[in-house]
Amino acid sequence: MNDTRNNQRKHVIVLSVLAVGMLGFAYALVPLYDVFCELTGINGKTSGRAVDPTTVSEVLLKPSDREVTIQFLAQVGNGMPWEFRPTEHRLKVRLGEINTTNYYARNRAAQAVTGQAVPSVTPGYAAKHLHKVECFCFTQQRLEAGEDLYMPVKFYIDDDLPAELHTLSLSYTLFKVQVPKGIPETLSSVQEASSGGTLASNQK
Amino acid sequence: MVARAEDVIPQRSALWAFITRWLLTTNHKDIGTLYLWLSFTLFFTAGAMAMAMRLELFEPGLQFIEPLFYNQMLTMHGLLMVFGVVMPGFVGLANWQIPLMIGAPDMALPRLNNFSFWILPFAFGLLISSLFMDGGAPNFGWTFYAPLSTTYGPPSTDFFILGVHMMGISSVLGAINIIVTIFNLRTPSMKLMDMPLFVWTWLITAFLLIMVMPVLAGAVTMMLTDRHFGTSFFSAAGGGDPLMFQHIFWFFGHPEVYILILPGFGIASQIIPTFARKKLFGYHSMVYATAAIAGLSFVVWGHHMFATGMPLATELFFMYATMLIAVPTGVKVFNWVATMWRGSMTFETPMLFAIGFVILFTIGGFSGLMLALVPADFQYHDTMFVVAHFHYVLYPGAIFGTMAAVYYWIPKWTGHMYDERLGKIHFWMAVIAVNLTFFPMHFTGLAGMPRRIVDYSLQFADFNMVSSIGAGILGLSQVLFLYIVVKTIRGGEKATTQVWEGADGLEWTVPSPAPRHTFETPPEFPPVMNRDADERTPVSTT
Repeated sequence: MNDTRNNQRKHVIVLSVLAVGMLGFAYALVPLYDVFCELTGINGKTSGRAVDPTTVSEVLLKPSDREVTIQFLAQVGNGMPWEFRPTEHRLKVRLGEINTTNYYARNRAAQAVTGQAVPSVTPGYAAKHLHKVECFCFTQQRLEAGEDLYMPVKFYIDDDLPAELHTLSLSYTLFKVQVPKGIPETLSSVQEASSGGTLASNQK
Repeated sequence: MVARAEDVIPQRSALWAFITRWLLTTNHKDIGTLYLWLSFTLFFTAGAMAMAMRLELFEPGLQFIEPLFYNQMLTMHGLLMVFGVVMPGFVGLANWQIPLMIGAPDMALPRLNNFSFWILPFAFGLLISSLFMDGGAPNFGWTFYAPLSTTYGPPSTDFFILGVHMMGISSVLGAINIIVTIFNLRTPSMKLMDMPLFVWTWLITAFLLIMVMPVLAGAVTMMLTDRHFGTSFFSAAGGGDPLMFQHIFWFFGHPEVYILILPGFGIASQIIPTFARKKLFGYHSMVYATAAIAGLSFVVWGHHMFATGMPLATELFFMYATMLIAVPTGVKVFNWVATMWRGSMTFETPMLFAIGFVILFTIGGFSGLMLALVPADFQYHDTMFVVAHFHYVLYPGAIFGTMAAVYYWIPKWTGHMYDERLGKIHFWMAVIAVNLTFFPMHFTGLAGMPRRIVDYSLQFADFNMVSSIGAGILGLSQVLFLYIVVKTIRGGEKATTQVWEGADGLEWTVPSPAPRHTFETPPEFPPVMNRDADERTPVSTT
């Protein structure tokens, strides 16, 4: 009987540890997910870090003859009162060549707003071949009321890009940076966005 | 005054005795009964919600309920059926039957058992109370995808989160209890490979519960911190990823659907041999097939997400892994059929439900295979075809399984036989109505009717009307079931110890009704069956 008691206690402990461990696993899935997506590049997420072109080997940076088309897209997130668009919609680039394009942003709200752009590449598996030397998405942008800004993206596409790809899209979604708020405040930011919009057009 | 006080005190103490009996009970049979009644109550609650939806879908256009209310009904119906009906129903059966089937005096951790049950009424109380709150109940579907549930969820979402936490704790504690009981309290001569299949399937289910309910708890905790504490697990604006919610959710969700069916497999594997009067065909392969299904359930979650823009390689992996599950499932179906092959079959109500289970669950399995095909899934995704599929596996699977188990074991629980004629009427009503309700959904789904929407195009009108009529009959058939159960509890033909002629197993060696305490000393195993017959005609031992 004592044996059974001891066994029981052992089993309860092991199973409880398993349950708590699985809770930990759920949280571990979050960084694992990012690591997995970055390694395989299947989620269309580009690297969050700038590449220093001086450290990249000559071979990679040697412009090849192969040309691909890259399309630029822009969206704004919910409640973001900015005008946001690419200055060029498409660009023919040679692999290994460093190119620069600009995105335009203008704060239409009546007060300063901070924004953060989140990039995405389609098709997803092309993401790991797109390297950014400089990108406004690495930092947050703060624009005063009515202020506007041209934001550069400096990038190259490496030579390992799968041969079947001729066109890829680089898309940015611009989100408003805010401390999480309750529903009423979200509503007010929408109102502020629309009123800011009218204000801006009045100024025009 | 004195006389009145004397009148009051004994009355109050009788009530008090009743409350404490059920509130403080640590008896596995009492707790099993509590679980089953909770499940039954919520079955009618969630069923009423389904009725509201089918009423609205009876004709195209909006007649009875608002779209927002429809969405709330849809969400609550799913949540209650999954977490409040099927899971507690199976746990109730486990509480009643596992100690009886393995010759244990009770569950290993009786106080914990009491605690696991009594969390549940509060969890579901919280969840249902959200219907009466400002902004209404959760309305984002039982899968609560972010950001619909995080950024756009109603304020009552927080009550939903707390409710899910509570039922998760209850399930994990219940599962730990079941595993510890099975490993430690079996009668000494019963080896693991001697265990009845219901016990085996529950053992595997309990492991699944311990492994995935904490993941669900993690997902709702992330939702909670995203909503209120400034994290952005699922918010792209803060560097998170809404798609990751689906990965985490379905990592829980797919094993969860096997949690909802494996005990049903066990029940069918108990009942079919009894009424075919043959040993279960392929006992070992049944055990291994169950384990294989449980193992595979961890690597197929992506088949819920084919339409999210996954890379081709990932889609192929999830497609093949999913189709692989058909192999062990096929082994099980084959074994059930082979058990019936050339058996001396009789068709009492539990057997009818078990056969209905095998046939209709197989149909649901086939539509599952269709959904597993990536190219085809792009057509079926988010249509009524999916609704048809999972209702075909869950209604005839989990619900018919539970009903078969109730008819099978209720003579042991109450000491009375149920009304066989009414039982058969119940079965035929239910089996016809299930097909009437859910079969047309295959057609509307293939033709493009989206799921989870309150209204539909005119061309789907006829099939929807048939579905709604079927749903009404199905609802009525369950009222009949309630009547049969109550009637059996209140009286009926006296049940024998063995109850069924072909029954085999330790639970059929205790008297009917099962006394409050059984197997205080471990019984011999295998048991000597057909005792009643032996008593009538003593067999010489030479």
